[in-house]
Amino acid sequence: MSATERILLNGDEAIALGCLHAGVALGTGYPGTPSTEILESFSKMGGRAQWSPNEKVAFEVAIGVAYAGARALVTMKHVGLNVAADPLFTVAYTGVSGALLIVSADDPGMASSQNEQDNRHYAEAAGVPMLEPSNSQEAYDFVFAAIEISERWQTPVLLRVTTRVCHSKTVVRPRSVQVQPPAPHFVRDIPGRVMIPAYARPAHGRLRQKLAEIQAWNETSDLNRVLPGDPALGIITSGVSYAHVREAAPKASVLKLGLTYPLPLRRVAEFARGVVRCVVIDEGDPWLVDALRAAGIRVEGKPDMYRFGELNVPRVRRILEGDVSPESKPPPGKPPQLCDACQYRVVFDTLRRHNCIVAGDIGCYTLGVLPPFEAMDSCVCMGASIGVGLGLRHVLPPDEARRVVSVIGDSTFVHSGISGLVEMVYNPPPGGHVLIILDNSTTAMTGHQEHPGTGRTLDHEPTNKLVIEDLASALGVRRVHVVEPRVGSEDFERMLLECLASGELCVLIARRPCILIAKRLKELEQRHIAPKSPPASTGVAAEATCCSSAVPAGAGADRLESGI
Amino acid sequence: MTATVTNIVVAGLGGQGVLKASDVLSDALLRAGHDVKKSEVHGMAQRGGSVRSDVRYGPEVFSPMVSPGEADYLVALDSSQVDVCRHLLRQGGIVIAPDAIEAAALPNRRSLNVALTGALSVHLDLPAELWTAALHANFRQDLWAANEQAFRLGRLSQNGSAKHAST
Repeated sequence: MSATERILLNGDEAIALGCLHAGVALGTGYPGTPSTEILESFSKMGGRAQWSPNEKVAFEVAIGVAYAGARALVTMKHVGLNVAADPLFTVAYTGVSGALLIVSADDPGMASSQNEQDNRHYAEAAGVPMLEPSNSQEAYDFVFAAIEISERWQTPVLLRVTTRVCHSKTVVRPRSVQVQPPAPHFVRDIPGRVMIPAYARPAHGRLRQKLAEIQAWNETSDLNRVLPGDPALGIITSGVSYAHVREAAPKASVLKLGLTYPLPLRRVAEFARGVVRCVVIDEGDPWLVDALRAAGIRVEGKPDMYRFGELNVPRVRRILEGDVSPESKPPPGKPPQLCDACQYRVVFDTLRRHNCIVAGDIGCYTLGVLPPFEAMDSCVCMGASIGVGLGLRHVLPPDEARRVVSVIGDSTFVHSGISGLVEMVYNPPPGGHVLIILDNSTTAMTGHQEHPGTGRTLDHEPTNKLVIEDLASALGVRRVHVVEPRVGSEDFERMLLECLASGELCVLIARRPCILIAKRLKELEQRHIAPKSPPASTGVAAEATCCSSAVPAGAGADRLESGI
Repeated sequence: MTATVTNIVVAGLGGQGVLKASDVLSDALLRAGHDVKKSEVHGMAQRGGSVRSDVRYGPEVFSPMVSPGEADYLVALDSSQVDVCRHLLRQGGIVIAPDAIEAAALPNRRSLNVALTGALSVHLDLPAELWTAALHANFRQDLWAANEQAFRLGRLSQNGSAKHAST
C-alpha cells in the first residue's frame, strides 16, 4: 500500500486496517451494532479474529493475549462493555505487557440499541486512557496511538467510537510501513497479575501514578489540536461532533480533543482563557463539560434537550445560538419488522393467541413486540428474558404465572442465557417455567454472525458445536423439546400448550434456519460435511423429545434441507 | 463553504440495495479526486424498514450527514420514501424516483438501485469510465454486464428531462 493511496473506509474498517498494520495478534469480541464489522473486516483483511460467547469472555481472552506480550484487540457495542466491565476494572490495575485495545462502539440516538449510555464514563470510572476518533483516518491513526500508549504505560486503552464514526465512510491514507510487533513470551509477575487485596492495593496506586503521567504527557500530545479562529467564540469538542462543529461554526476557534481521558486540563484552561465565549460541544451525556467545570474551567455546556439523540450540524447551530425551542420532527420512516417469511411469525402469533406473558430478549425477534403480534412484555438486556420470566413466575398469582414464558434467541442464549437456565433449574418456580429458545442457526440481527451453537468460527470454518438441547438436558431440565415452527403446521402450538400445561421446567427449542441465509447455510454445511469436521454431537439427549417435523441435533447437512 | 459541497441522499427500504448504490456512488466520486463522506445506519433498520444513506462530496467535507433542507439530490428506491425524505431537499433540489425507470426493462428486478444511480449520474459531472470502474469494484464479475446495462438504462431515463425540479 503506497503512502499516497486514498481509500474510502468506514470507521470499523479503518480500525481493522489499523490493527492489521499495527500487528495485532488476535481480535476478539461479540457482534453488536455498530461494532460488528471491525472483527469481520479484520478477518477478511487477513487478521486473526474470533467471536466469543459474550463480551466478558472476549475481553478475558484479549487480556491473556496482552499478558503474553502480544497485541490484542477486543470489540463490542456500548452495552457489551457492561458485560465486560468486571475484567475492565481490574485489568486496569494489573496492566498489560502487550497492547490491549478495547473498542467500545456507542450508539447515541439508538439506531440499533436498547439504551444510549455514554461509555466515556467507563474510562474515568475504571481509570483507562480513552481516545475518541472523529473520522476513519483518525480511527486508523488512533489505533497506533492507542497501542503506543498501551505499551508505554502498560495499560489497557479504550478506543471509544460512535455509530456515525463506525458507519460513515471517509477517506483514509494508510501508512506504508507495517509494524513488526513484539514476540509473545511469558514473564511471571505474581504481585502484578494476581489481584488479591495485598497485591491490588499497590496496584491501584500504580494505576493512579500511570494516569498522572499520561495526563502530563497529554498536555503536549498532538492527539489534541487547536484550530485557531475568531477568539470571540471558542469550541471544545471531541469525536464526530468535531465534524459538525467545523461546519456549523467555520470561523470559531476550536480545541479538538483526541485523548479525552485523562484530560489535558492545563491546555484546555489555556484555550478557554484565550477566547471570549467558550462552549463545549459534547454528544450524549455532559461528560466533558462536567469534567472541565469540576476542574474550575469556565465553559458553557448545552441545554439538556441536546443530551438526547445524536448531534448534527443543525443541532450544533442551535446549541451555539442557545435555541431551546422544540425541534421539528422529521416524517416517520417505515419501522423494521419481522421478515415476511420469518418462522418467528408463527411463534409470536401463537404466543399472542394464547395471551402469554412474554419475557423477551435482544435480537431480530424483539420485533415480535410490534403489531400485528405485540407479543413481548419485556426486553431489558442480553439474557434477561430468563431471569425476568422466572421472577414473574415466582410472584404472580397462579392464573397469570402459568402464562409466563421466556423467549430468547440462540446466540443470545449462548451469550448470557445459560446462567439464567442454571437459575431456572436451581430455583424452579412452583408452577414450573417455559423457556422458548428461537434457534435460527445464526446471530441474525447484527448481520448473520456465527456463534458457538452454529459449530462454525467467525470465518465460517467448522469447529466444536454447542448443542443447546444437550446442554439443557445436562443441566437437569427434564422436558427438552425441539420443534420446527412453520406456517400451516400446528407442531409449535401443540408443544407450547403441552409445556404450559405441564407445570414443569421446559425448554422448547424452535429451530429453523434464518430465511435470509438458509441457502448460504446449506452451502456451508455441505462444504464442511466431509473429513475435517470435529467430533459431531450425537443426537438429542436421553430425555429430550422431538416432534415429527422436528430436526434432531447433529443430523448434519440434512437438517438444514428441511423447511427451505 | 457548504456551497461547494454537493449533498446526495439515497433512500429506500431494507433489502433494496440502498447501501450498495451509495457505495458505487461514493467510489466513483473518490476516483474523481473529491473528498467524500458517506453515512448510513445499519442494524435494526435493515429488517424491511426505512434505510437512508447520505453521500457528500467536494474539496473538503466535514459532517458525514446531510442536513435538512440541504440535499441537492434525493434518490428514492421506493416511492414511499420520497415523502419521508423530502424535508432534506433544498429549494430546487432534484428527486430521482423509481418511476423514472421502466421496471420491465431492467435486466434484473434487484438492479433498480444501480439504474437509479445511473439516472443520478446524468446530473453529476463525472467521466463515464469512473462509473464503470466503480461498478466493477462493487460487484462480482458475473454481475458486471447486468449492472452496466441497468446503469445505462438509468442514464437514458434522464434523456431530455435534464433537471426536473420538484420541491
